[in-house]
Amino acid sequence: MTDKTVSLPETPRHSGFIKNNLRNYGMLLSLLAIMLFFEIVTDGTLLQPVNLTNLVLQNSYIVIMALGMLLVIVTGHIDLSVGSVAGFVGAVAAVLMVTYHVDYPIAFIVCLLIGAAIGAAQGYWVAYFKIPSFIVTLAGMLVFKGLALAVLQGRSVGPFPPTFQKLSSGFIPELFPSAGTLYPTSLLIGVVLAFALVLASAKSRAREQSHGIEVEPYAFFVAKSIALAGAVLYFTYLIASHRGLPNVLVIMTVLIALYGFVTRRTVIGRQVYAVGGNAKAAKLSGVKTERLTFFTFVNMGVLAALAGLVFAARLNTATPKAGLGFELDVIAACFIGGASAYGGVGRVGGAVVGAMIMGVMNNGMSILGIGIDYQQVIKGLVLLGAVCIDVYNQRR
Amino acid sequence: MPRPSDVAEYDPMTAMLEMRNVSKSFAGVQALRDVSFTVEAGQIHALVGENGAGKSTLMKVLSGVYPAGSYEGSILFDGEERRFRDINDSEALGIIIIHQELALIPLMSIAENIFLSRAPSRFGVVDRNAVYRRTAELLAQVGLRESPDTLVTDLGVGKQQLVEIAKALSKRVRLLILDEPTASLNEADSAALLDRLLVFREQGIASILISHKLNEVARVADRITVLRDGRTVDSIDCKTGQVDEDRIIRSMVNRDLAHRFPERNVAIGDPVMTVQNWSVYHPLHTARQVIKNVDFMVRRGEVVGIAGLMGAGRTEFAMSLFGRAWGYNISGRISLDGREANLTSVPDAIHAGLAYVTEDRKQLGLILADDVRKNVTLASLRQVADRGVIDDVVELKAASDYRNRMRIRCSDVYQEAGQLSGGNQQKVVLSKWLMTDPQVLLLDEPTRGIDVGAKYEIYCIINELAEAGKGVVVISSEMPELLGICDRICVMNDGAFVGEFAKGEATQEKIMRAIMRNVRMSGSGAPASEARAGGTAQ
Repeated sequence: MTDKTVSLPETPRHSGFIKNNLRNYGMLLSLLAIMLFFEIVTDGTLLQPVNLTNLVLQNSYIVIMALGMLLVIVTGHIDLSVGSVAGFVGAVAAVLMVTYHVDYPIAFIVCLLIGAAIGAAQGYWVAYFKIPSFIVTLAGMLVFKGLALAVLQGRSVGPFPPTFQKLSSGFIPELFPSAGTLYPTSLLIGVVLAFALVLASAKSRAREQSHGIEVEPYAFFVAKSIALAGAVLYFTYLIASHRGLPNVLVIMTVLIALYGFVTRRTVIGRQVYAVGGNAKAAKLSGVKTERLTFFTFVNMGVLAALAGLVFAARLNTATPKAGLGFELDVIAACFIGGASAYGGVGRVGGAVVGAMIMGVMNNGMSILGIGIDYQQVIKGLVLLGAVCIDVYNQRR
Repeated sequence: MPRPSDVAEYDPMTAMLEMRNVSKSFAGVQALRDVSFTVEAGQIHALVGENGAGKSTLMKVLSGVYPAGSYEGSILFDGEERRFRDINDSEALGIIIIHQELALIPLMSIAENIFLSRAPSRFGVVDRNAVYRRTAELLAQVGLRESPDTLVTDLGVGKQQLVEIAKALSKRVRLLILDEPTASLNEADSAALLDRLLVFREQGIASILISHKLNEVARVADRITVLRDGRTVDSIDCKTGQVDEDRIIRSMVNRDLAHRFPERNVAIGDPVMTVQNWSVYHPLHTARQVIKNVDFMVRRGEVVGIAGLMGAGRTEFAMSLFGRAWGYNISGRISLDGREANLTSVPDAIHAGLAYVTEDRKQLGLILADDVRKNVTLASLRQVADRGVIDDVVELKAASDYRNRMRIRCSDVYQEAGQLSGGNQQKVVLSKWLMTDPQVLLLDEPTRGIDVGAKYEIYCIINELAEAGKGVVVISSEMPELLGICDRICVMNDGAFVGEFAKGEATQEKIMRAIMRNVRMSGSGAPASEARAGGTAQ
């Protein structure tokens, strides 16, 4: 039967195009719906500039870790230790900077290297010894939770030097000091970014078209570009009317762009997906599957360390409880964003949207005064629901 | 074997099963058109046709996978009209289907598998003794000499197939449907399985045999029905005399295959790959030498076949050559174009111009969830990338080129590989390897489980490769295929080459004799390889 049904003549199928892509945009639409819902029930508090800035700061470390976790999940593994690793690295940073007065840049680099070493240690067992990642990282979770306690000797250590705090609580410097309530530099960056995004997608569309590749319908493309540019502009307008772009948002944006590019456009990205899709077939096609798995864990370790630093800088103190339960939010973000637990499937954009959905729900429910008890119940049900919808869609 | 006279006459009145004017369509595609199909008690009825001809659909209608009402036409069993709601309804009447992908649980014993859902029990407690005794009886009936406590994972595919049949017997089977039962079996296991069908026939159990292997069909079938494009195009009574295989093939593909194998006229050149004193040990049982210091050579423009029983070490040999993808403590020398090569990893082997097309394309060959494009370029991503960044346009062009060249039937190169038919999947795998521009291709069972038309296309591709001056090595369990396409056939048994025949002098008898002589000489041989080779040595 397959031969029959697939040998249809090639004609442009626009309805099919929209249907195929609706799935990719489904989560984005859900995020917008959730934001709209909370915007209404909180009487406009959600999108107030100060709250929006807070939202970004609160979720930055989850988004950063979700980028690494996505790669781990795509290769068919899981990392349960990220919360503990983030907490441990935050603790080390505090001891270095507060107790031993190590310079901020040196401490920063040392911490990232520690993250890489932790990732390498765990990745080694998973990739080369073939021990299930669930077990290796469960062990890691216990080990680094304990080590964080040991390093801090059970106390909270702080405050951090002001320059380090800027990592989380700082905003980009204003180049036009004469401005009023709006921060023109941030606004300018937003406008340039929106313009660059639209230009880049127009160029790539034109290139594909000139090579006779089927592209999205023109009306769809225009609508998408307007929506994208509009969202970026509106968002920067809101951000710029509070205190401008937070430093951590800049870091996040750069990382998202980098990981988006690596996963979609590079040889390494393609090979990571191949490992998750069918490790044996990938290996017989010349993909160095072990090495790739190893490096996804190293990468995860570095990002967990970065997230730990951001979180410590935000609290301005390292506590033994820092990082507790982060791994659950991070993993949930990836799965809500459409990653498959079987590996081989998942997008960076999806993981980011998944993290934002969790973040907006946390924030919105807190504004509404819903207790932490029911917040967890609701978040759990949303995770289950999102994955159910995804499985149902794939089965059709 | 004598045939009972009471089934010698074809008479619809004695039919056990009669399917009348069955039609079925999926979303506008007509899968079956007005098919009528009759099976008598104690008849072996073979159903043949290309992939997509409608064989599986017809069997799903019969077994109730597609419930009554979802198709047109009627099913009569024992003269009564039946309307099956699901597969339980058809099983209750003794219609049992055994699928190509076996549905056994590997880490359970034979007995547990057979009585998975219907264990004899007292007050809800499984009666283990009864289970053991019944299983032993069933295994005796199918001729499988194994303890009921043996784990299924420890059995070879051939024996697992027999366990499935024993399971069917436990359900009081009256009509056994076998979908490609011998696709992954060697000649000896296939023969044992087919003999079993002949025994069942004597007991009045009818069988429907779906198979691509026409020689097997011709050997056991009482009647052969050919489906093409959802219609019955031919029905041959086998008792009237010799079965004409060419007639069946003509009916199946509706084209006159003057030759089942395309002609090749190539000047054979210098050796392109020479292997000397190659030795490989088993990665788990490290004391066991799987490949025993063999020499092997293939020339440019030459197609060399490797014949042998399953477990002879052919796949292990090929994979160990391919950058040591299999095996432990590998030693020996490989020379490519006269230069010694040290291939310690798969990327090394690909770089040196070797390609290995696996026998298991679903597990080892393809990423089924990925599209055709990604599968085709996976082994040569550097070709479509600039400093590590993939150029979408270049990649798409490369994939589309191979799609056209290999005539891969897919809606576009963005279609998932898992949705394609077996033949087209194989063409995707071949495209992947052609794209690496190999000098030597190791093709492991390149036509397993694909239909006659697609096989012919694969043979043509092999010829083109030879004409382009590549060395081609074909491992196959189908001897007619080796005889048809190879310039030279090497016979492997128990990890060593035991015979070599040029194109003109090779016959199935000579190859089989080379194997059997070696089996006798080497006595019991290596235990595991013999276990996998099934009953050959007995």
